[in-house]
Amino acid sequence: MKPVLLIDFGSTFTKVTAVDIEGERLLGTADSYTTIETDVGEGLENALKKLHAQTGPLHYAARYACSSAAGGLRMVTSGLVPELTAEAAYQASLGAGAKVLKVFSFQLTEDDIAEILQINPDIFLLVGGTDGGNTECILHNARMLAATNFDFPVIIAGNRTAARECERILAGHEVHICENVMPKFGTLNIEPARQKIREIFLHRIVQAKGLSQAAELISGILMPTPSAVMKAMRLLAEGCEGESGIGDLIAVDVGGATTDIYSMADGMPRDAATVYKGLPEPYDKRTVEGDIGMRYSVRGIVEAAGLSRICQLSGLDKSRVEELIDQLCAAPDTLPAPGSDLEKLDFALSSMAIETAVTRHAGSMEETYTLMGLTYVQSGKDLRSVRQIIVTGGSLIRTRRTDEIAAHALASPLAPMSLRPLKADIHVDRKYIIAAMGLLSEYAPQTALRIMKKELEYNGHSEQKNS
Amino acid sequence: MKKKKLVMGVIGADVHAVGNRILYFAFTEAGFDVVNLGVMVSQEEYIAAAIESAADAIVVSSLYGQGELDCRGMREKCDEAGLKGIPLVVGGNIVIGKQKFEDVEKRFKAMGFDRAFPPGTPPETTIQALKELLHMEEEA
Repeated sequence: MKPVLLIDFGSTFTKVTAVDIEGERLLGTADSYTTIETDVGEGLENALKKLHAQTGPLHYAARYACSSAAGGLRMVTSGLVPELTAEAAYQASLGAGAKVLKVFSFQLTEDDIAEILQINPDIFLLVGGTDGGNTECILHNARMLAATNFDFPVIIAGNRTAARECERILAGHEVHICENVMPKFGTLNIEPARQKIREIFLHRIVQAKGLSQAAELISGILMPTPSAVMKAMRLLAEGCEGESGIGDLIAVDVGGATTDIYSMADGMPRDAATVYKGLPEPYDKRTVEGDIGMRYSVRGIVEAAGLSRICQLSGLDKSRVEELIDQLCAAPDTLPAPGSDLEKLDFALSSMAIETAVTRHAGSMEETYTLMGLTYVQSGKDLRSVRQIIVTGGSLIRTRRTDEIAAHALASPLAPMSLRPLKADIHVDRKYIIAAMGLLSEYAPQTALRIMKKELEYNGHSEQKNS
Repeated sequence: MKKKKLVMGVIGADVHAVGNRILYFAFTEAGFDVVNLGVMVSQEEYIAAAIESAADAIVVSSLYGQGELDCRGMREKCDEAGLKGIPLVVGGNIVIGKQKFEDVEKRFKAMGFDRAFPPGTPPETTIQALKELLHMEEEA
């Protein structure tokens, strides 16, 4: 046996997963409260105690960790045109597992700069202009930043013509130059920027967030947690040498404050009668809905879905729903008792969280009549042919009606232009291992993939309902 | 000399892709750096592309007769977006029915287009006009 320990320092829980690399199996999982205020090592020790109570003492060959504690990787970006380079910068940051607090476009104003200093991000991503294109905006923004005494690393990933000058303008600060996020018009090139963000996270952020105390215990904090999830999902979809993947997929993670959606699919138009509009989106796309969450963002779900749908799905009347929501806002730690009204409400809330977040993540189709007849204009990813949905996040892996809830990710006759999957198999991450498998995939991809295929529980097949 | 950059595409709900490809090759061949937005391009898309790529001119094509409606207000939007004075060129079947082209040209110039070309204009004519508009002869 060759045990490896995988740790996820979450904002609330520190989760540990032990894996036997040789036997390709899960040895156990456990969690305990994260102790960021004192020493994260404490929470880790508590979780390990619980784990070892199940497995017996283990001698780890290696220990790897990911983290979203202390607010995660907080980023601010600035680009030129909102739908173009600013969007590319946003995609790059999300793809690297960051929490993007603000996206600026065009020239930064004094008020913008004040806001940036107020946010004081972990990393600032400065982009703008295609290669050989506009230089004015990125140079202006570099000057605006340089005029302050900010203290965070800046990544320059804009028009290459202006990169060195930006570096000179920002002399005296920590500056990293990498390839343009949009070198040619309409071409997304976000991998170099993502890579750079991860590097900085590794070298700088981990220390700054008080996570280095745990560093002696472990072989390394490798990446932000969402980045680990992204890696796991990409591996599960594509497979690796010696083990095939399960194909295009969508993963949903409904949390207390936000809802993350991942899709691994090309998503480009499937026929010649469809014209694609807007910036092409990455194969591995992540979106974060900051207003959609089961506890801290519960009002956002109601606002997006409408109170009447929540009532209809939960079977509760308006006043009861409002009463329960007030209770949830006052005490976000509340968990539903089986058979309670709150369980019914949670069912409705998580269903609507998924529907809203996947609808925003997926592309849409528009019908246009031209002289050549009916033409379709697609923007965003076409996920109709995706056949696998992976479900994770506390609210979903603890409930018994996971498949019914997850079915809300599917296409609906009520919104025929939303390009969501028509039917799919639902898999549930009951043991909460996805981030851990993402970490493991860096060292033993085959093992990570086989464990995921074994442990992600098949939870039935759903098809679009004709309601 | 740095290549001059053009943003081009077919405006509105127009899906005529063949002429668009031909013009793209002709412009590239003539030494321009071309951002081709393809078919069904909105005014906003031309403008966004021109801002990011710091384009020297925008070339609008229209084949389906609705060009006059589609092009309305484009100059004002360019001004608004900080592309003041950027050369705008339009060509194709830009109006409905048989009309005297002098009248059509006058209307498009009044809308702020620098040049307008009738159906059947060979690419060479447009290329020559672009070179003049962008003062390329003098620089060469």
